[in-house]
Amino acid sequence: MASDRVLRARPAEGPFALTLIESNANRLYCLNQVAEDQGLNRGMSYSDARAFCPDLISQPAHPQADERFLIALRRWATRYCPWVGLEGRDGLVLDVTGATHLLGGEAALIQDIHQRFARAGITVRVGMGDTRGAAWALARHGGGVAAPGDMLEAIGNLPVAALRVEDATSVALQRLGLLTIADLSRTSRASLARRFGTSLMMRLDQALGTQPEELSPLADPPHYGTRMTLPEPIGLTSDVMAGTARLLDQLCAKLKAQETGARVLTLTLRRVDQDSQQVELRLARALRDPHRILPLFQRGVDAVDAGFGIDQLRLEAVQVEPLPVRQVSHVATGRQDRLDDLVTRIGTRIGLENVQRFLPADSHIPERSFLIAPAAYSRPERGWSAPRPRPLCLFPPEPIAGTGPHPPRQFRWRRMSLTTGRATGPERIAPEWWLSDDNWRSGLRDYWHVETRQGRRLWLFHTPQNPGWFVQGEFA
Amino acid sequence: MLSHLCPDCLYLPLMTDVPIPYYPPKKHRTHEACGAGAVFFALVLAARLDGPVIWVREAWQAAQLTPSGFHPILDPAHLLIASARDQTDALAVTEEALRSGAVSLVVTELSKPLDLTAGRRLQLAARDGKATALALIPDGMGSNAAETRWSCAPVFDPQDSTRQRWELIKNKSGTLGVWDVRWDHSARRIAVVPPVGQRPGSAGAPG
Repeated sequence: MASDRVLRARPAEGPFALTLIESNANRLYCLNQVAEDQGLNRGMSYSDARAFCPDLISQPAHPQADERFLIALRRWATRYCPWVGLEGRDGLVLDVTGATHLLGGEAALIQDIHQRFARAGITVRVGMGDTRGAAWALARHGGGVAAPGDMLEAIGNLPVAALRVEDATSVALQRLGLLTIADLSRTSRASLARRFGTSLMMRLDQALGTQPEELSPLADPPHYGTRMTLPEPIGLTSDVMAGTARLLDQLCAKLKAQETGARVLTLTLRRVDQDSQQVELRLARALRDPHRILPLFQRGVDAVDAGFGIDQLRLEAVQVEPLPVRQVSHVATGRQDRLDDLVTRIGTRIGLENVQRFLPADSHIPERSFLIAPAAYSRPERGWSAPRPRPLCLFPPEPIAGTGPHPPRQFRWRRMSLTTGRATGPERIAPEWWLSDDNWRSGLRDYWHVETRQGRRLWLFHTPQNPGWFVQGEFA
Repeated sequence: MLSHLCPDCLYLPLMTDVPIPYYPPKKHRTHEACGAGAVFFALVLAARLDGPVIWVREAWQAAQLTPSGFHPILDPAHLLIASARDQTDALAVTEEALRSGAVSLVVTELSKPLDLTAGRRLQLAARDGKATALALIPDGMGSNAAETRWSCAPVFDPQDSTRQRWELIKNKSGTLGVWDVRWDHSARRIAVVPPVGQRPGSAGAPG
């Protein structure tokens, strides 16, 4: 299946294989029919394969993409019956009980599957049986439809490997001379169970139908999207908002059913001239309350150019977060909610990441003693402390004239002539050598709290390793 | 009586406990502060009003408020920073925040003078949203719409490194005045002190 998927995107003639590096060996992962005819097989080392077949075309395999492709196929296969599950990494299992007559019988169904897969360029082998085990055996070894009734008759002459047992078990069985499933069923169960464990008997019973086996269909992932098509185009903001309100009600019901809340919403407005406009809403907190979300759309909808009118609205929750149902409380949480809504509204104007809050950080370097984090993606934290008084404002260091280790008695800063009245210090701060910071290239800093007679209280530092004086902050 | 007190706290018993008239400034109005002590004024007012505070600044400004410095005055958890692209955005954010009713104080750092329309708009937004607005303005760039304007400057005092001089230079509903204040660290509030030079035991204002 994997090689078919790649060949669908980029057809290639001749032998083709996908390779995957597993436990330090580059091995064939999947190959096409031409390559198999030349004597290559799965699991063979890539260099051997190149030696056997010099004109082999190969590509690295991409198992995640194969899995996505299989899931897409699974969704497609629900056209035959509602119960479809995955089988291994390249198989689908369908429970078609009661669904075959819709396509005209079992043979017609299998023919339909073959035809459609062949048209899509995918090799498929189909087996059908009364039990899941028998269908697996037929699909992997032989193919065809087992007549209803005795499964032993249908799969009895297939090799023991068709029983979904491990390779080691099937090899050991073949060494004992038990080559087919019929041989196995004739042997005494007790001795087989003692030798190979109960799993072999379980697989045999499941294939023959004496032990039930259920099929668990894969659930569709929830889809958070709603849309509305209008018979007549609309152009008024109030009409678009009314339509959005209806979509939002449906979407929020879906979100509530899944106990999730939307974080990013997209409203796509399609105009009659096929142009479409998008309104994106990024929320400061996961929400599923239509009354709170709707007013937040107002600004975005106002900015939309309706042109000749809008005839389709589509609302999708692009990013969702889990939001458990909470007990109704009598404690008012109104202010926090209003604050979150405010952050969202400000975020639609200046960008959600530009609404920030301070978080404490563990560093002696003044400018790294706090973090600035987007308010929508962080919670306030406690635990502020400073070993010594720190200035209210920091700015990039501004050089002043001065020499020696003590603060200058008189200096000029920002065109002001200042006289030192009282100086407290020094407080030595060493650069964090484990982080490279260009601002701290000048080495150690001796910080002084300088109160000038003119009033300003400044934070000066002296760099003894690279003599110079700078102003970096201002106190209250 | 005073002889056993150390000279450093000689003036402490004389600290007047009288409140500053017009301080805290009227709620649900817009006010302005200018001068080198304006940031301190804003932080003290934010702590006094007790509630979430939004601080609107323009993103290009290099000076950065430092939480490790102001946390004794205001808990940084109460503060949100909005970095706007220019003054138009900053004013829009201020108006939005004032109208929302979610915050008790909105501080806006302005770099250009406000015209009367913008000032009046903020005034109306503050009234509707029941929030106080404080604009930090460059000297001499006040707006006529503001309720009060405070000029704040630190003052040198050899014994006290928190002394400030707050001057009320515009007041729509009262008289003007000048007060010397200091930050009382243990009580976490502002206290009025006698002006430098009038204190007993001090030989005139130094400098």
